[in-house]
Amino acid sequence: MEKFSYVNATSLEQVTSLLSESGWGEVMLIAGGTDLLAELKEYIETPKTLVNLKTLPGMDGIEADASGLKIGALATVADIAMHPTIQHHYTVLSQAAGSVATPQIRNVGTLGGNLCQRPRCWYYRDETTNCLKKGGDICYAVDGLSKYHAILGGDPVYIVHPSDLAPALIALGASVEIVGPEGVKNMSLEEFFTLPAANPFRENVLEPNEIVVEVSVPAPKPNTKSFYLKAQEKGAPDFALSSVAGVFEMDGKTCKTASIVLGGVAPAPWRSKEAEAAVTGKMIDESVSQQAGADAVKDAQPLNDNAYKVTLTQNLVSRAAMMAAS
Amino acid sequence: MPDKEKKQGTNISRRNFLKGVGTGTVAATVAPSVLIGSEKAADAQAGDAVANATIQLNINGKSYQIEVEARTTLLTVLRDGIDTSGSNIDLTGAKLICDRGECGGCTVMVDGKSVYACMMLAIDAQGKQITTVEGLADGDDLHPVQEAFVQHDALMCGFCTPGFIVSSAALLNENSKPTVEEIKVGLSGNTCRCGTYPFIFDAVKTASRKS
Repeated sequence: MEKFSYVNATSLEQVTSLLSESGWGEVMLIAGGTDLLAELKEYIETPKTLVNLKTLPGMDGIEADASGLKIGALATVADIAMHPTIQHHYTVLSQAAGSVATPQIRNVGTLGGNLCQRPRCWYYRDETTNCLKKGGDICYAVDGLSKYHAILGGDPVYIVHPSDLAPALIALGASVEIVGPEGVKNMSLEEFFTLPAANPFRENVLEPNEIVVEVSVPAPKPNTKSFYLKAQEKGAPDFALSSVAGVFEMDGKTCKTASIVLGGVAPAPWRSKEAEAAVTGKMIDESVSQQAGADAVKDAQPLNDNAYKVTLTQNLVSRAAMMAAS
Repeated sequence: MPDKEKKQGTNISRRNFLKGVGTGTVAATVAPSVLIGSEKAADAQAGDAVANATIQLNINGKSYQIEVEARTTLLTVLRDGIDTSGSNIDLTGAKLICDRGECGGCTVMVDGKSVYACMMLAIDAQGKQITTVEGLADGDDLHPVQEAFVQHDALMCGFCTPGFIVSSAALLNENSKPTVEEIKVGLSGNTCRCGTYPFIFDAVKTASRKS
């Protein structure tokens, strides 16, 4: 790690004002630090100043009432996974949180950090590789080793978004509160994430002087079933090869509404409107669920090494649909 | 550093010999925390940016004051840090292995929860209760997890063992009667290259019966 100075945050105004002093990378935010410190150790980022957000009061709460959830950006992934209301009524979110990394990381990693974490692409994470994401000319995954890369929405940067919480929260219809120098704004979490075609360097719409402070989740409708299915290379904790966050409002075996969001397959959490359309209003059986799986990946364009993700994703979507009907 | 070298000269145990071999690397890590004595070490006050700070850490119930660079990890302080009184902290139970929060060799408890000491800044550990593997036993009385590891021979080379023991103790803090499945999840942040997992799981099961 390069040297940096360290500031304990005293208020959001102070944080956004410190961030406003420069563009990306000079002043960075630290909460759990599990992603950031790895980047510093690899010299992917060399900030002059780190602002410690953990001293900001009241930003680590999880409030649950009849209208929904409010989760502060500093809530840990472990707190989200273990929260009784989330376990009972927002199953997809609790399952996604429980699948994040390891106990040691869940104990310190935060919601805000999980949403804003940087990609795991081995070219991006390599100090010596100046890839397109880091301002170079080439996304090396295109002709290089692409086993863990995007099959959807990649062009021109084929990273996948590593968050497990994001697909689950988007499937639940979450919105995110962002604070910047001009004040507070809210947007749907789906719109928060961007594809490389819009901006190859970032994974979301945050400006350099903005910060995520809270995520709100509306209460699921009655008779909602939700799941997070995650395929990993090994039994031990890992990032998703492919994952499916499914939220299904059911009437018996008939699906009234569905939200199906894919993780690990695209540079942003990937809402599959095609798979949703395949099940909405239908009585879910084997053939409907197969169709949903096929429709989810019909636009997939695998690279040299990741065609397996197409089949994997297709099967996960089908399985999620069958689980909704069972 | 002089302290450490003197110790190595008088007592050539395997541990100290290995430490001696690694002196080059150790010196590189320790140097900053020694050097900053010559600069003005500032305390981390809210709102002030500091490159160096004198921090207070509570480790295994004992209070230490240490001058650190902001970038110093908790693991570096535990293993190589020097108290402002001049004594080495020397808690080498937590191991520096992957240094990327993947292997679990550096696992310690912070406020009773397992964390990777390599992925936490020392400055972020202020005001918290830090427990390393050295802090689990009560004098000569081993922690139930330690006893069970001995009983089940739950190690081969032993390098990962401190991390596994701390993770196991943290797991039993949260869930005193875990199922085998819960033990596997609870220890999923630790890796054993020798593959002693079945013995480790048995040991945790045994320890849970005692707790």
